[in-house]
Amino acid sequence: MNTTIMLFLVQDGITNGAIYALLGLALVLVFAVTRVILIPQGEFVTYGALTYATLAAGQMPGTAKLALALGIGAFAFDLFVARKALHGRLIVRSALTNIVLPAIVLALTVYFAAQKPPVAVSIALSLVIVAMIGLYLYRVAFQPLAHTSVLVLLIASVGVHLALQGLGLLFFGAEGQRGPAVLSGAFTAGSLRFTGQSLTVYGITIAFIVALWLFFGLTLYGKALRATAVNRLGARLVGIRTTLSGQIAFLLASVIGALSGIMIVPITTLYYDSGFLIGLKGFVAAIIGGLVSYPLTAAAALVVGLVEAFSSFYASNYKEVIVFMLLIPVLLLRSLAAPAVEEEKD
Amino acid sequence: MQSRLPIIVFAAVMAAIPFVPGMPPFWIVLLDNIGLAALVAMGLVLLTGVGGLTSFGQAAFVGFGAYTTAVLSTAYGLSPWLTLPLSLLVSGSLAVLLGLITVRLSGHYLPLGTLAWGLGLFYLFSKLEFLGRNDGISAIPPLSIGTFKMLSPGSIYYAIWVAVVLSALLTMNLLDSRTGRAIRALRRGHVAAEAFGVHTPRAKLLVFIHAAVLAGLSGWLYAHLQRAVNPTPFGAQAGIEYLFIAVVGGAGYVWGGVLGAAIVVVLKEVLQSYLPLILPGSGQVETIVFGIMLVALLQLAPGGLWPWLMSFLPERTGGKKPDTSLKLEQRPRTLSRSSILLQVDKARKQFGGVVAVNNVSFDVQAREIVALIGPNGAGKSTTFNLITGVLSATSGSVSVLGKKVDKAPPQEIVKLGISRTFQHVKLVPDMTVLENVAIGAHLRGHSGPIASMLRLDRADEARLLAEAARQIERVGLADQMHQLAGSLSLGQQRIVEIARALCVDPMLLLLDEPAAGLRHMEKQQLAKLLRDLRDGGMSVLLVEHDMGFVMNLADRIVVLDFGTKIAEGTPATIKTNPEVIKAYLGVAA
Repeated sequence: MNTTIMLFLVQDGITNGAIYALLGLALVLVFAVTRVILIPQGEFVTYGALTYATLAAGQMPGTAKLALALGIGAFAFDLFVARKALHGRLIVRSALTNIVLPAIVLALTVYFAAQKPPVAVSIALSLVIVAMIGLYLYRVAFQPLAHTSVLVLLIASVGVHLALQGLGLLFFGAEGQRGPAVLSGAFTAGSLRFTGQSLTVYGITIAFIVALWLFFGLTLYGKALRATAVNRLGARLVGIRTTLSGQIAFLLASVIGALSGIMIVPITTLYYDSGFLIGLKGFVAAIIGGLVSYPLTAAAALVVGLVEAFSSFYASNYKEVIVFMLLIPVLLLRSLAAPAVEEEKD
Repeated sequence: MQSRLPIIVFAAVMAAIPFVPGMPPFWIVLLDNIGLAALVAMGLVLLTGVGGLTSFGQAAFVGFGAYTTAVLSTAYGLSPWLTLPLSLLVSGSLAVLLGLITVRLSGHYLPLGTLAWGLGLFYLFSKLEFLGRNDGISAIPPLSIGTFKMLSPGSIYYAIWVAVVLSALLTMNLLDSRTGRAIRALRRGHVAAEAFGVHTPRAKLLVFIHAAVLAGLSGWLYAHLQRAVNPTPFGAQAGIEYLFIAVVGGAGYVWGGVLGAAIVVVLKEVLQSYLPLILPGSGQVETIVFGIMLVALLQLAPGGLWPWLMSFLPERTGGKKPDTSLKLEQRPRTLSRSSILLQVDKARKQFGGVVAVNNVSFDVQAREIVALIGPNGAGKSTTFNLITGVLSATSGSVSVLGKKVDKAPPQEIVKLGISRTFQHVKLVPDMTVLENVAIGAHLRGHSGPIASMLRLDRADEARLLAEAARQIERVGLADQMHQLAGSLSLGQQRIVEIARALCVDPMLLLLDEPAAGLRHMEKQQLAKLLRDLRDGGMSVLLVEHDMGFVMNLADRIVVLDFGTKIAEGTPATIKTNPEVIKAYLGVAA
């Protein structure tokens, strides 16, 4: 192997690793706050990417309708939970966030889809659509289970993944898609070529890591989220609305997922079911970070990206085998390092 | 036996189904598939529902079973009957390999770990040359007896359902045994089980292997039913589906696995054949419905359907009382009154900067009741944990009969005749009082899992249950023997813990706040019981906050405050000790 190939592989690994880092961060975030191991994170990626690609191609993405449908579901759940003490303000507020908002976005989507919107509009619409899906999804699928064990949440998360992946096929078809570059242009340094797209990837990843760090370290909401993660009941007793924390976590996770998708869809062709594998690799990174540490997760994600890049060069057939088997020794080390405290399960 | 009747009826019904005139052949195919899924789900019931280990990777073991027979019967021409033990062996030994790693994983790392190797193995199946890569292996010979070849779904039907019924029987036998109780205790955490000598990683590995062998059996049958294998049915999706089956049926129940398999297989079939009529042109609608139903099920009936169905049946009347004339071997008791049983010497435990126990020394002699008292946070329970091996001391030592046991795990401490109760009750709530107490006698039984499955353990088992029943009578809970432990009051549960500890046949009994939650009369009974035990040759070390109880009972009292021993002596001297009064009342006397 010569240096050029090696540098190329490193670059490739870092670009992928940056995406895995973002996804890993989202997974850590969601797990820390809600205890949900978010398998459908990958679907947020494909939904974001394919919604963007579909819009850019001047077509109507089905995800906008899904957002409205889930919003109606969330509204129904809100009404059902509050059925004993319904009052006007609550109904209006729930209707505004759960029905009016997605309805407006749907209308905008229909309007813009017909006239091949500019890149910025497509990105904005895709982000909003997927963010709403994430938000309502938490309300409909996970919030009613918030008090249950990690295991029940994990199984539910698998169920959500199956449903979303199936819907993905319905919306986007079995064909892969690519989207237009977010930032075109490129420059060369030595033998390496940096595209605007890959620079965007690096920039956004770093920005997000810093933003999350600031958010959790300095803002009241960030601290409330961390408090919820440590002790749900305790957080409620001091007046933190734990459901709100869960909603914020899912909102952030879906935005991060969609953004990751939008960043990679100009580089790689994505299919309706590509998200699962991409998400899982973010997962490997998140687990290396112990599902709690942001910087460790980011570093681990780069390692995963590099391992993947090099193993696809040396043993492309066994690329996935290697990446997933990488997880086992990590899990083992994690378990040995922190032996299970007596857990009182139901 | 009464409990066997429903199984015999079930087996008879299943045997008769193919003879029903006009039975559509397609239904038989469905029943074959249900049986195959039920085998895997049954393993998962034991693994997840009973043992508390969630696996997303069971499909990989089905793959091992299927590929083993596929390779051996095509490339090497072995008879399928010869490949059966080999398939089971391959699944079983790979389970040992994967299990050794997996059962060390804690908490949610475990299901994630299974997801990881499940995926990794799937990719391996689809890349390996000798497994035929993505195309798999075809032209697998059918099962045959003499010249009769099981070519049709109707003929292999019997092989599948005999396997299902036999596996269910063996699995249920296993659960209703010494090993089974150890497995059922796993889900409630490992501290209590280990305090009675259960080697928890080994018990976990055992269920892991059991589940894998059942999956391997399913795979072997699958290969000879389809007569071809490819990687698709052994991927992560299938692994998730098996878990779904177990959850739908009721993850804690062997027959829940069978029920779940029936529901899911039929549902999938219905969805696949009718959904395209409603929503034409979409390939994967059934997975959407599937996913949504999984979430809905968890929200509406997280326990699964089997317990829900069973709740319609009349309640089982209490079980038979064990024959208490059967005796277990007892520990020789040759200690004289003044010999030192337990010696704690400058024991120290630090958690980071906090010194929970600060160079504490005391001893317990034979036939003596010693009380360990002190305000909250004095380090009493930590001292208990140091003695019983749950925690290891930062420095200092603990000796039993002159032998140092500092680094010994709980399983070794209990062998020396030291048993304990817990401050926060650690019983298995969905097991009866009798079964809970019998865990205490775990080390005094000998039957292994294979003997239990084949019911060769009955004599051993009867002696264990007799001992348990005797101890339950001794603590005065004979009427509650067959109730579920979770249905008892907290005070009674503490007494059940004492009975469990007595089943060890201990020399030293460690009781952590035994009188908490008891009424006055019950406290008096407990004090009498403890005095009787002492007079019978046992020593007792107890932590207790009820001063009246302690002062009337203890021979000697050790007082801790902020991890340090501040006084030791008879109740009379402790009552007037200024240091003690200061620690409790906060003023100088």
